[in-house]
Amino acid sequence: MSAVFLVLSTFLASAVEMVEALTIVLAVGISRGWRSTLIGVGSAIIALAIVVSLLGPALTRIPINDLRVFVGALLLIFGLQWLRKAILRASGYKALHDEAAIYQRELAEAKSAATVVRADLDWYSFTLSFKGVFLEGLEVAFIVLTFGSIHGDIPLAAVGAAAAIVIVGLAGILVHAPLARVPENTMKFSVGAMLTTFGTFWAAEGVGVNWPGSDAAILGILAFVLVISFGFVASLRQQHTRLVVAEKEA
Amino acid sequence: MSFIKNFGLFWYDFVVGDDWSVAVGIVIALIITALLEHQNITAWWLMPVAVVLVLAMSLWRVTQKAD
Repeated sequence: MSAVFLVLSTFLASAVEMVEALTIVLAVGISRGWRSTLIGVGSAIIALAIVVSLLGPALTRIPINDLRVFVGALLLIFGLQWLRKAILRASGYKALHDEAAIYQRELAEAKSAATVVRADLDWYSFTLSFKGVFLEGLEVAFIVLTFGSIHGDIPLAAVGAAAAIVIVGLAGILVHAPLARVPENTMKFSVGAMLTTFGTFWAAEGVGVNWPGSDAAILGILAFVLVISFGFVASLRQQHTRLVVAEKEA
Repeated sequence: MSFIKNFGLFWYDFVVGDDWSVAVGIVIALIITALLEHQNITAWWLMPVAVVLVLAMSLWRVTQKAD
């Protein structure tokens, strides 16, 4: 059961981040050419591989209970960030991530930026695609490493991430446009709920908690987190609607 | 020096994000859970309750600013 959650979590998190990275890469590549852009993407992937190869073995050396507390707390804090933003977007307090609008903005900025050649590369294309892929990829690496190390199976966690990268990458090549129809906030909401659930479970277990039902408690925590989150969305949506109506009447 | 500062700021922003009180709330809840368990008091319920409270407070702060 937790293996399915593991793959699903890394798949969803990676897909969301990959969609965002793809928007930047497409905008830069189409407007300024592909050579420097793709070298930037390749360099970011190499940099990420170095980070993973350094941090991965280090994490697996930490005693399991210390690892549970450390990684559980990190995942919980990280997951609550995702969940909070997803709740705010779903309730109208924060604008939904609009990949089409972001793409148009990136495209306009890329077209107007001056060309500076360094190391035989268009520096703007290189740095922007490098930053886009590295920063979005870092979140994926963080989730894959933490989930994988606690589960004792980093390769399995990486399978979910790799599947997402391949699927989103292929979709990007086929569509040749940002994937604006992906239900990004729903995916972020799901990942936030999963990270919060696993973070709660592992961090508490690490400090000595025996969960009722052992591993089955994960399902209970997930249900609890989802119910609470939907409750927050419903309540904040009502509050936001009242606010908008009051502003219109004023 | 500025590299170390920027490196630290990057990781702070990456993990803690724009609301530090979430991280502080979670750490406090974990310490209390550990102390209760150390006293042989069942405390599995505490972390889910802490998640609700921390999330509610963080959302409340954002919506108060917006309102």
